[in-house]
Amino acid sequence: MSEATMTLTLRVWRQAGPDAPGRLVDYCARGVSPHMSLLELLDVVNEDLTAKGEEPIAFDSDCREGICGSCGLVVDGVPHGPQAATTTCQVFLRHYRDGNVITIEPWRARAFPIIKDLVVDRSALDRIIAAGGYVSVDTGSAPEANAIPVPKDEAERAMDSAACIGCGACVAACKNASAVLFVGAKIEHLTRLPQGLPERERRVLAMVTQMDAEGFGSCSNEGECEAVCPKEISVTNIQRLNREYARARLKPRR
Amino acid sequence: MILDGKVPAGPLDAKWARHKDHLKLVNPVNRRKHTVIVVGTGLAGASAAASLGELGYNVLAFTILDSPRRAHSIAAQGGINAAKNYKNDGDSVFRLFYDTIKGGDFRAREANVHRLAEVSVKIIDHCVAQGVPFAREYGGFLDNRSFGGAQLSRTFYARGQTGQQLLIGAYGALMRQVHAGTVKIFPRHEMLDLVVVDGRARGIVTRNLVTGELERWAGDAVLLATGGYGNLYFLSTNAGNSNVTAAWRCAKRGAYFANPCFVQIHPTCIPASGEHQSKLTLMSESLRNDGRVWVPQRAGDRRAPSDIPESERFYFLEERYPSFGNLVPRDVAARNCKSVCEAGQGVGPTGYAVYLDFADAIRRFGASVIRERYGNLFQMYERIVGDDPYAVPMRIYPAVHYTMGGLWVDYDLMSNLPGLFVLGEANFSDHGANRLGASALMQGLADGYFIIPYTLASYIAGTTLSKVTADHDAFMEAAQAAQARIDRVLRVRGDVSVTAHHRRLGQVMWEKCSIARNARGIEEARAAVRAQRQEFWHNVRVPGEPTNFNKSLEQALRVADYLEFGELVAIDALARDESCGSHFREEHATPDGEAQRDDEHFAHVAAWEWRGTEEAPTLHTEPLHFESVTLTQRSYR
Repeated sequence: MSEATMTLTLRVWRQAGPDAPGRLVDYCARGVSPHMSLLELLDVVNEDLTAKGEEPIAFDSDCREGICGSCGLVVDGVPHGPQAATTTCQVFLRHYRDGNVITIEPWRARAFPIIKDLVVDRSALDRIIAAGGYVSVDTGSAPEANAIPVPKDEAERAMDSAACIGCGACVAACKNASAVLFVGAKIEHLTRLPQGLPERERRVLAMVTQMDAEGFGSCSNEGECEAVCPKEISVTNIQRLNREYARARLKPRR
Repeated sequence: MILDGKVPAGPLDAKWARHKDHLKLVNPVNRRKHTVIVVGTGLAGASAAASLGELGYNVLAFTILDSPRRAHSIAAQGGINAAKNYKNDGDSVFRLFYDTIKGGDFRAREANVHRLAEVSVKIIDHCVAQGVPFAREYGGFLDNRSFGGAQLSRTFYARGQTGQQLLIGAYGALMRQVHAGTVKIFPRHEMLDLVVVDGRARGIVTRNLVTGELERWAGDAVLLATGGYGNLYFLSTNAGNSNVTAAWRCAKRGAYFANPCFVQIHPTCIPASGEHQSKLTLMSESLRNDGRVWVPQRAGDRRAPSDIPESERFYFLEERYPSFGNLVPRDVAARNCKSVCEAGQGVGPTGYAVYLDFADAIRRFGASVIRERYGNLFQMYERIVGDDPYAVPMRIYPAVHYTMGGLWVDYDLMSNLPGLFVLGEANFSDHGANRLGASALMQGLADGYFIIPYTLASYIAGTTLSKVTADHDAFMEAAQAAQARIDRVLRVRGDVSVTAHHRRLGQVMWEKCSIARNARGIEEARAAVRAQRQEFWHNVRVPGEPTNFNKSLEQALRVADYLEFGELVAIDALARDESCGSHFREEHATPDGEAQRDDEHFAHVAAWEWRGTEEAPTLHTEPLHFESVTLTQRSYR
């Protein structure tokens, strides 16, 4: 195991509460192992702060294996940091050099108010799902699983979109703080599958209405969302959303 | 006291159907008058809350996370078992039942396990209807793979993200009910106590993790679906927030805690890299379908794996267990990994790792097939370790992963405290002393979708519940006790951080009460935990305020509970003077080195009644009766 250690400076956004003023504060971390993850480095800094009688840096984190979507930090200006297809918890310090300064900020979007330091409220995404991001099937009413064959390629493409972890990086990366990649991924996932088709129009209209009500911005085709998505959700999901939305709006209603 | 699991009479395969036919029902128009509290929104909690909402109950659902979709079920990788027999390889409900009860080393309740196998097929139907994108064959039909402890393919999967996809299905169903108004969601709320009125569970006390406010919630029943206690060991594959507090608070209010010493150590995890390690990451058991586990034959061989010729490699699982090979159950694989490392054959910087090698599979199928099967797992490994597993074998080592023990429940999933139901990993019921792979997702969803809607209705319909509000004295007392504990832990102002305490506790439990254990070590662990508990309350430092978002305070309350609960794990491990499944007492091994059960004295569930923090708990047992299987020495050779 390489025994070389590093000294890194963390420049971290500190904000005591939703309405308190915030600022960047520098913390120096010495003797850091390159095998540590960025969140483990925050753990180490927090241990130091605790020992000094100061308040630790608040941040969300749970599974630390890139699947729960809890963690989300803007690292040097990029949501989830410098590596493609990687959540913040999977950023390891071997990609940094001794003496580096790393700036860490929270997601910034009107629809994601700051709770404290690096912790934000992403419940707007839950409300969008509640509006229609599911198949309406009651427990007990399902037919035999193999009754409806689904072509393998269609299932795989549905899975590509279903892989979304709801972290909100797409919103944080977008200059308009738009949530269309998040919504598009759910529309694509459920529209690809025969099980999702009966509610096709209803779903897209309800989800888009809720998305707008939450204060997310519009899409202006920058593609930043795709670039930072830890699950590599493609912008083609946004095209699908637009198509499905137009189709639903144009469809004559009885 | 001898506990009664209330297993229905009749032949094994007819018990559940007959029982359901005679359970009481709640009229659809009356359901909304009944409030049901669900704690936890993983697979068990979300599926229960959604299903009860669909039926029309008034459901209050609580999660410590910022969204129900983040519960740790999401991290399950490999798959979910079901007795569909789509592969025509001889599967049946009986076989799934038999593999599961044998995998658990005959320490689970027969009737529960059979019911689990029965409803497994409906789970797949329901999840497909929800739009879960399971892997499929070119013909459009569902694909299966193999998992440990089975000689057939019955595991359904969605790449290496099966737990995520099933949870998104359950979460969607839950959010649909939120939209319908039957379920209210309370994210970032942590249950700090159970409220018992007239001997029945009638509510909970929570802490709002954003404002710090203590809140009281009354209902007709409480459903606990708060997962397992693997983080007792500090390092485990569990998420950072997973904890025992809700379950332990129920135990302190009178619910019995069953088989706490049954802790699953998963053989294939990424080894720790240093002192800073905050958690361990699982590499799915599904990898053992194609990966071969080996170490160098010669102890201390430090050559690179590619320099070690085939003839000098020891494929210890394939050689020792020819009929199951690399797919032996987790407890067996973990013990073997440990023993070869202790014999000096381990690899990697610490010598505590073995190889999981895909070279043969890549030669046979090509890298693209392997990428399709395990792509995201290989990517995860590469990110964490920095090695490319397509080129260099993975290095893996066992880690704490799942807890089979949990609150005791009867056949209806109700604890000994009437009105308190326990679902999923939080209960003890289906996996005995060792859980087979791809069974946790199955159990969580079976409990939530297909069992609790029936048994809870029967409890509500068959019970006269007095009107109780959250202003009742019992609620005020519980809230005051929770407040007093918060005040006390903040007042200590010692020198040692919560994390340092937790790490030390975990290390003791790992060294003395994990893959293998013996009476002396367990005694030492118990003494160490007791001493550390005293120290904690005199020398812990919890910074910050109680009235806002305070992670240190959250963790302090959880670690305080682990320091009580850890002792119970040791007590149970000591009392069970036999080996079975994951509970490997070094004093009780067969000549082959396998777990030696003592069915005459220990074919029972050990359920512990809390008597006081410094008092010895009282043991109650539920004898296990096996009508349909013959107890045998488990063999995978």
